Amino acid sequence: MDVSQYLDIFLDETKEHLQTLSDQLMILEQEPDNMDTINEIFRAAHSLKGMAGTMGYKRMQNLTHDMENVFSEVRSGNLHVDDHMVDILFQSLDALEEYTDNIQNTTEEGTNDNDHLIKALNAILNGEKSEPAAPAGAASKEEPAAPQESENGKKLDKWREIKLGDTELTVMNKAVNMDKNLFGISVFIQESCILKAARAFLVYKALEDLGEIIVSEPSAQDIEDEKFEFDFSMIFISDKDRETVLHAIMNVSEIEDAVVDPIDISQYQVAETEEKPEETQVVKKDTKQQPAAEAAAAAPAKKSGGKPVVNRTVRVDIEKLDTLMNLVSELIIAKNSLVSAAKNSEGMGNTTEQIEYLESVTTNLHESVMKVRMVPIESVVAKFPKMIRDLSKKLDKKMQLIMTGEETELDRTVVDEIGDPLMHLLRNSADHGLESAEVRAQRGKPEVGTVRLNAYQDGNNVVIEVGDDGNGIDVEAVKKKAIERGTITAEQGENMTDKDIVDLLFLPSFSTAKQVSDISGRGVGLDVVKSKIESLSGDVEVKTALGEGSTFIVRLPLTLAIIQALMVEVGKEKYAIPLGTIQTIEDITPGDVKYVQGKEVINLRGEVMPLVRLNEILDCETETDPEANMLVVIVKKGEKLAGLVVDELMGQQEIVIKTMGKYINKCKIISGATILGDGDIALIIDTNTLI
Amino acid sequence: MDELSVNTSYETTQFIVVRFENEQYGINIKYIDNIVRMQQITRVPKVQKYIKGVINLRGEVIPVMSIRLKMGYEPDEINKNTRIIILKIDGNDTIGVLVDEVKEVVTLSDNEIEKISYDAKDEKQNFLAGIGKDRGELISIFDLNLLLAEKENV
Repeated sequence: MDVSQYLDIFLDETKEHLQTLSDQLMILEQEPDNMDTINEIFRAAHSLKGMAGTMGYKRMQNLTHDMENVFSEVRSGNLHVDDHMVDILFQSLDALEEYTDNIQNTTEEGTNDNDHLIKALNAILNGEKSEPAAPAGAASKEEPAAPQESENGKKLDKWREIKLGDTELTVMNKAVNMDKNLFGISVFIQESCILKAARAFLVYKALEDLGEIIVSEPSAQDIEDEKFEFDFSMIFISDKDRETVLHAIMNVSEIEDAVVDPIDISQYQVAETEEKPEETQVVKKDTKQQPAAEAAAAAPAKKSGGKPVVNRTVRVDIEKLDTLMNLVSELIIAKNSLVSAAKNSEGMGNTTEQIEYLESVTTNLHESVMKVRMVPIESVVAKFPKMIRDLSKKLDKKMQLIMTGEETELDRTVVDEIGDPLMHLLRNSADHGLESAEVRAQRGKPEVGTVRLNAYQDGNNVVIEVGDDGNGIDVEAVKKKAIERGTITAEQGENMTDKDIVDLLFLPSFSTAKQVSDISGRGVGLDVVKSKIESLSGDVEVKTALGEGSTFIVRLPLTLAIIQALMVEVGKEKYAIPLGTIQTIEDITPGDVKYVQGKEVINLRGEVMPLVRLNEILDCETETDPEANMLVVIVKKGEKLAGLVVDELMGQQEIVIKTMGKYINKCKIISGATILGDGDIALIIDTNTLI
Repeated sequence: MDELSVNTSYETTQFIVVRFENEQYGINIKYIDNIVRMQQITRVPKVQKYIKGVINLRGEVIPVMSIRLKMGYEPDEINKNTRIIILKIDGNDTIGVLVDEVKEVVTLSDNEIEKISYDAKDEKQNFLAGIGKDRGELISIFDLNLLLAEKENV
């Protein structure tokens, strides 16, 4: 069956289910007995398995199948949720996410079998507490790592950690079908042994007389090269019984201990669909190269994806579509009325009325289309709780993430882009912001550090604040570093305000972290965040108090294409000021203008704000009488205000933002241009640069 | 047609010939999107000196630059012959250039174009790809990449 046409839906739903799993697992970690959560997880895992199976993604199906098994046992009360289990489950989630990414980029799921996870899940099912499967983090990215389990060498059933691929499982199945015995064997050589490779070789020899070794860990080649500690494991097929095999091994001298366990093949849940006779014949040679081959295959799979093969989609509420449909109907009616009004020469008065109607319809239509493009930022921020959890483990700091306003909506194009900057800011907060437990205790702060993410709408902007209750930014340290690096001179440093100094952090390659960690601090951080956000026509600022924490405030425009603007005239030129930034419009007498540090300011109802003469900034001539009252547009950015002096107000208008092309040297004050009804061009003033 | 052109040993290129003062310049026709009459140019503050501003070309906002200012000539004198040539480089980057007059289209084969040696002292020549000879007249051929490159000649 050709399922490629369902790929979009599959990816959408998979991501949704993965998010559910992640969310619910977070809850489960806190409340291990929450039955609703367990049921929810079970359902999500089950759907995921079904979908992956239908689409033919075997590896994904196998992994979810085992996860589902674990939940099923938890649900029936046979298993109890513990930290270890949650860890393994999270690792499995990471692996599933990797599969999904691969599918999105290449339509293939990749070649990583994640056997260590499957085994770990099975171990949980069997009620065992095995070592955490593979180091966290490495689990999903690299090939299942080389054996790491040697530290406490007395764990006897090491053979369970052998990775089994399809080939091996097929062979094992066949052997069982032929009534042969399957054994998992772990052999421990005495640590005093000098020629351990030779001893291992003798064991191999003895075993090969009795049956067939399917796979060994380390590989036969590695054992020959003495690339192993004092133990090795293998899966072995024989028609002899357990005692004979054990005896044969123990007959080799300098063997400290050996374990021979019969294997129950049903544990391995193999999908016995493909018969590959040619592979089974060469299996003996194959097994030796298997780990290397697997690794080689897994690595390039990741790189092969250039552009995602799947288009970006927006899920639209049917209600929004209905509204759109209605508006389009109204538009047609309005058009028809205009046509008839035009035909009817007597209806001149009627035309104006119809045009007004048309206007209101188009405004509503625009609003609705914008709403269709809007998605809640939830889709981006939902992955953060898990990230903070992982960071908490990695950094060994206790922390919690408090998020509000996940339902705040932004344009889809913006939402897609802000994920990385926000993640960076959160990592920054977790890594540099929060102090270690000892320091927190000394300062009398709660042991668990808090990282906050608040989103809310503010006029035509959406504001996202990322903050922490940690150390805050040490302004003096930043100043010192900047002087050290020659970014500023000592003299400049003296004259800079704290805010100016904090802003230095946004310069390229400026990191104050005393120690570079792999979480943040390579100096490619905040400047990237800033440029990314500026490319979305947004901006970032920082508020910080030493010892109390800092907050990064990201401000993004609600939409990119069409805005409401106030049209003004400066000189003889027309400019547009985005309505969302305008607070009020005031009439100021020249006498009200005061001077602070040589700059013009006005005091408006107790608030002092700088006065910006637009004609000076925009280099245009004005012929207004200096004695006359001034028209001042008060604009705000966060809590800061500024007054822009204009010559004339022309009224409010909906404008379509156009870029001016790359050949024009971007003027910071102008964020774009728009075409007015009469064909003239008006430039749009970016008030954020003036405050 | 293609087979016929194989017989000629030189590639031919079409140029639009424009005039500044009394010099003639050629612009490769493949970069030309459009030629429009002079229209109102909206000034943009704080940009390169040779950018005259932006115009509205059928709903798109397009920057207009003065080749005269870029080459260090006298500023443009707008009259009824003035045209804006809309250039499209690499498919989507559009810019208009002001010229005194558009004269004609000429076809020059490669052997009629003389490469010129680079002379750092002469600002004008820095934008040229060669000199074409057409019926005894000389046409300086613009190298558009050099012409549009962001280099300020003060």
